[in-house]
Formats: sequence, C-alpha cells, structure tokens
Amino acid sequence: MRLYGRQNMGSSVYIAGAGVISGIGNNVAEHLRAFEQEQAGMSAITMLNTIHKGELPVAEVKLSNEELAAMTGLSPNTSRTALLSLVAAREALDDAAISDFKSLRTGFVSANTVGGMDKSEDFFVDFLADNNKGQLRNVFDHECGSKTEIVADKLGISDYMTTISTACSSSANAIFYGARLIKNDLLDVVIAGGTDALTKFTLNGFNTLMILDKQLCKPFDEHREGLNLGEGAGYLVLVSEKVAKILTKPAYCKLSGYNNSNDAYHQTASSPDGTGSYLAMKGALEKSGLKPSDIDYINLHGTGTPNNDSAEGTAVKRLFHPHYPPMSSTKSYTGHTLGASGGIEAVFSVLAIKHGIIYPNLRFETQMSELPFQPETKFLKEQTINHVMSNSFGFGGNCTSLIFSRA
Amino acid sequence: MKTYIRSASCISPQKTFRSEDFLDNIVEYTGTRLSTIEPDYKEFIDPKLIRRMSHVIKMGVAAAKDCLNQANVEIPDAIITGTAFGCMEDTITFLTRMVEQNEELLPPTAFIQSTHNTVAAQVALMLKCHGYNNTFVHKGISFESALIDAIMLLREQEADNILVGGTEEMVETSFKVLTRLGLYRRQSTSNLQLLSTEAKGSIGGEGAAFFVLSDKASDSNLAELSAIKTLYNIDDIEAGITKFLAENNLKPADIDLVITGKNGDLKNDAVYKQLNSSIFNNSNVANYKHLSGEYSTSSSFALWLAANIIKSGIIPQAVIERKINDKTPKKVLIYNHYLHKYHSLMLVSSI
Repeated sequence: MRLYGRQNMGSSVYIAGAGVISGIGNNVAEHLRAFEQEQAGMSAITMLNTIHKGELPVAEVKLSNEELAAMTGLSPNTSRTALLSLVAAREALDDAAISDFKSLRTGFVSANTVGGMDKSEDFFVDFLADNNKGQLRNVFDHECGSKTEIVADKLGISDYMTTISTACSSSANAIFYGARLIKNDLLDVVIAGGTDALTKFTLNGFNTLMILDKQLCKPFDEHREGLNLGEGAGYLVLVSEKVAKILTKPAYCKLSGYNNSNDAYHQTASSPDGTGSYLAMKGALEKSGLKPSDIDYINLHGTGTPNNDSAEGTAVKRLFHPHYPPMSSTKSYTGHTLGASGGIEAVFSVLAIKHGIIYPNLRFETQMSELPFQPETKFLKEQTINHVMSNSFGFGGNCTSLIFSRA
Repeated sequence: MKTYIRSASCISPQKTFRSEDFLDNIVEYTGTRLSTIEPDYKEFIDPKLIRRMSHVIKMGVAAAKDCLNQANVEIPDAIITGTAFGCMEDTITFLTRMVEQNEELLPPTAFIQSTHNTVAAQVALMLKCHGYNNTFVHKGISFESALIDAIMLLREQEADNILVGGTEEMVETSFKVLTRLGLYRRQSTSNLQLLSTEAKGSIGGEGAAFFVLSDKASDSNLAELSAIKTLYNIDDIEAGITKFLAENNLKPADIDLVITGKNGDLKNDAVYKQLNSSIFNNSNVANYKHLSGEYSTSSSFALWLAANIIKSGIIPQAVIERKINDKTPKKVLIYNHYLHKYHSLMLVSSI
C-alpha cells in the first residue's frame, strides 16, 4: 500500500456486499425475517459460564463454537470473536461477488473491543492459581489484532489490514476508515465492520456500571432501565467507483457521509446535551452535503440506558427539530453488540435502503418526557428511503455517525 | 502534500523525556525487562486523578501534553493512538477480581479504564478536544495504522495539527505470559549487551511516544515523515524495501542511516543482518531496542529517535551499530518487523 500516490477525495465509495450474524439470525436473510416477525434475540444465558445465568438476558448467537467452527473451517478452539467475524465477513464478500477480487488491491478493517477475552478468561483461572499453568493456546491470540488477522488470512486479504477499538463506536470507525483508504486511492476494495463475542469480562463490567436491564431493554422509552448485551458481527464490502462499474449486480448504495467527534465529557457517561453525538451527526450531514430533512431513517445508537438515550435524543432534537424522520434502535432486537454494533447496524442501514424498510423499535410504550418525538414502532415496507443515518457512540466519548445514500 | 513532524515527546526506559541531552547518558539495566523512567506526573495531570490512573494512561497523557506544548498547539484537530494490548493493568485487575471474587461485588473503575481507547479519550477529555479521535489496535502495526490515518486526514484537509502516539505498558502478568510464549529471554541480560549476545528472545519494554504532525512547513519542524508503508507476510523483504524506496524515487544508497528493529533474538535479527550485508552494505546502521526494550509499538520510539537525529544532525553513540561515513543524516529509514509477519517502513527526511 502506497500512501503518497494519487488521491481521489471527491470520488464515491459504494457498498457492494453485506454480511451479518447476531442473536436474531446467522445471515442477512434470517435478519430480514426476524425484523418483519418482530422476533427479538434476547433470552436467558445458555453459553457463558457465569453466575449471572438466569438473571441477565443477553442476545446470544444461536450457534455453539463447534457449529461456528464447522461453518467456517476454523478450529473450534478459535476465539468466538473470530468465528463470528469470519461468518459475516465471508457472507459480505460472497454477496459482493467481485469477479477478479485477487487482482485488486484489497483490505480488511475490522473492529472489536476485547479481542480473545473469551479464551483468555479461561486461561486466567488456571494462570492465577499457578503462573506456569494455563493453556497457552487460549491466550496467544489475545490481542484484538489477532481476530482480524485470522479472518483476513481466511479471506485471502494481504494488501492491508488493521484493527480499530474505540469501544461501542469501533466498527463505525472501521467502516469509514476503510472508505477513506479507498478515497485516498490506497485500496480498491475494503471489507469493513466489526465483531464481538459475549464474554464474562464485558458482562461483569457492564454489570458493575449498573446499566444492564434485567428485563428486555426498552430503548427510547420513558421507563427504560438499561441495555442487554448481545454478540455478533457485521461487515460491508466497500468498493471504489472503478470496481463499482464492474460489479455483476447493482451496488446497494454509497457511503455519503461520516464523522467522528469526541464528547470530551466523561470516560463513560454522555454529556447531558449530547455534544459528541450532535457533532458526529452534524459533521456527517455536512460531509454528505445533505440537510437534516433529507434523512429518511435514523438507526439510533439507542442502547436503552437512561443516559445514552437522553443524550442522543437531545442531540437529535437539536439537529432535527421540528422535522423528525422515522427512527429506531435495532438494539431492541440484537441487544448491544458493542464493538460489532456499528458494523451490524450499518448492514441494517444499507438493507433499509435496498428493501425500502424501516425497523420497529420493539417494546416501546411511553414517550420520553424530555423529547418531542418517539421512535417508529411498526415494521414499515415499501418506503422510499434515499438516505439513512446510523449512530454509534461509545465509552471514551467516541461518537461516530455514518450516512448511506441511494446510489 | 508533505507531512511534517512538528514535535516529538517520548517516555521510555531511557532519559528521553524533556531531556537536555540526546541519549548521552544511557541507563544500563540488568534483567529481562525494562521499565520507563517516570516523569513527575503532577505537572501534567491533576493529582487527584493520578492515583486512579494506570501506568499507560499516565504515560500517554504526559507525553501527549508535553508534545503539544513543544509544538505550541493548545488543542489538536485530531487525536489518534496505537496500542496492541491497550490498558493491560486495568484489564488484569478486573479479570483477577472477577476470578477471585467469583463475579461478585466488583468495583467498576478498572473495567471503565480497560478499553483500548482510554488514552486517546483521556487526552481529549483533559483538553476538551471534540475533534476526530481514533485508536488502532493491530499488533506490531498499531502505531503505523495511526500514522496512516493521520496522513490521510492531512491529505483530506480535515486537520492542520494531529496528535499521534504509540503507547504500551508491560505489567507482570503480560510479561510472564509473553515470556512463556517465547518473546522474551528467561536469562538476565544487560540491555547494553542485548544485541551482542545472541540468544532466544528479546528484552521486555514499554513506553509512550507522541508526535504532532502537520502539513505546514516551518523552520521549527523537526523533520518530514516522507513515507510510510506496512507489509504483511512478505517473502522477499529486500525487494519490498527496494520497491518502497523506488516509489519515493530513492535507491538504498541514498539512505544516510538505517534504524533497524534488531532485538537480540536470533531468529528476529537474521533478516536485519542479511540486509546489512546486501542492500544496506554501504549505509550507517543504528538500533534502538536495547534502549526501549521490545514491545508492539516500539516503532514510535524509533520515530522519536529518527526525528531527533534529523533535527540535531547527531547520531547518538549508543545507537550506532555501524558507521561508514560522517555525512549529516538527511534521509533516515526505519525498518522494523514484528515476528516476521508485519513489516513497517518509515522514511524520515530533513526539512
């Protein structure tokens, strides 16, 4: 990859393929079905060996590591984070069906938040008892970058790969970093998104923050009590204008806007006026050259915590009042998939444009008293959707908004 | 467009931070791992916050702030960091408590500070910097990925001044595990003998190095970051380097100084030795890992070294492996590889 060559900043980046796995399905088709049938993925914990079993609902991918290994050809000892990643990334790449993939400059930009923690936490039990114990095969791939490398090797991508970790906005940042690699004419095709498996580490971490709902989450509801964790992976295949022209089927849409801003308020809490979220959405609109009224649907970050939804809602109000587009949090289906959420929801955003659908915000009952709007509660079909905004906000004040537009 | 290094600040096991001299008084350590020399953090961080911060956060914030001071930049337009392991101390603290207390009554602080983006986030928080903020976590090219992001932002005219850093902390647990994985020596060595005693494994290290990058020319800039490239699983590195130089209209003979990632491990160093007797047989050669120790973002130490060599025109005695001529170094190539998988090339030039 050569960084000081030509550049083509004004060029568009197209979405040629999408792949997703989460608590509501193992591929795009299963997701579309679950959305229409309003089937949420949360239930009692079955796979994690934790004392919180039966107490905290989570949205697990309904496949064991052995089943995922059989699907992917990876060893069953591989971190679940990499297993999930390969399922979705491969679906995205197959979907794009780029004929001379090998002759193009290709990259893989993936995100995750805790790397191989699902394996490391097993290792750690034995290691703590005796520092010379613990199976090394469970820890040598601990780094976040290892997950990306395992998948890139399987996909045959070697021109460039990297990993981003900015908490819950990680994979939204991966997607637009990937798009910029294309705009800077460093690569022709980038598979970008993110992955995260459920781990005891994150479950307990969020539990100490007292932001996990013991019932199914209710994003943007006055009586919301917190989030449910989920797991999964979501990837888009981003291509240059040149590659878009040789695709065998039309591109889904293009990535027209993106912005990353920092809330700079608190390590975990969002500012009351949602400064970071506001700046991210505003910046993405500016980049795309669109007005707020051009947006046909917002896929909210909408975790279901009192703090996030209040800050995000306030920011939406500041930017969109009085013309609110339909919006919803698909975390009411998938739970909060952390480092994967930006990638998974980017997939939902491009599917919304392609199929003309808007996803309902499940379990919504009461409008938030501080907001003049409420989320969409019905599955809507046959909509004309030209522009979709997708929000991803995280710890460390990292806020990112993406805008996808009909090509 | 050119990318300039306006300032560089480095906390390392050597006296690199706010030092009057440039690696004149080298610190010798005997052991298997080097730890950073701690600055007085009170100058950079509210003492109330210091107690709660892990080592990597303190190092990162102090180096970042010092770097901005040097460049006379109050608030950068973007903050980008690279770290392979992130906040190890807090991660291990939380993991240990989780196991020992069987998931009960856990305090949240360690978890909150365990996310990989904590250093970039804390710098943004302290500066009230709402600009672009990103963290790369890809093994031996974490820092390089951050630099590539920064250079793209400058090219896109999204930023004038970008704060970019590489950070890594080594804690007892990660050192123990990495030693079991064969990265580090089990026998004690003097760091000053590391590169001359060939053995299996290197010596542990850690550090934080930050840079302010800008596309604006200025006499006070330290150097130009003329090019950067990462290569993955490449068979013929000699051809890879020659191609990289050719892309920048250079031949190996045009390079005044090569800084290599030699780390004392027999297998690791073979490629550097081979290059020194082939394409770089007429070049001055320097090494740095006996000073910084080996860690995933150590190339940020190398960039600090290269920028200061260019600015001062001096190659510190302690880093020289081979001196062929006394030419003032104007073109410096940094070549580092991480376990033969990730190769990183950085070209640093005089302004």
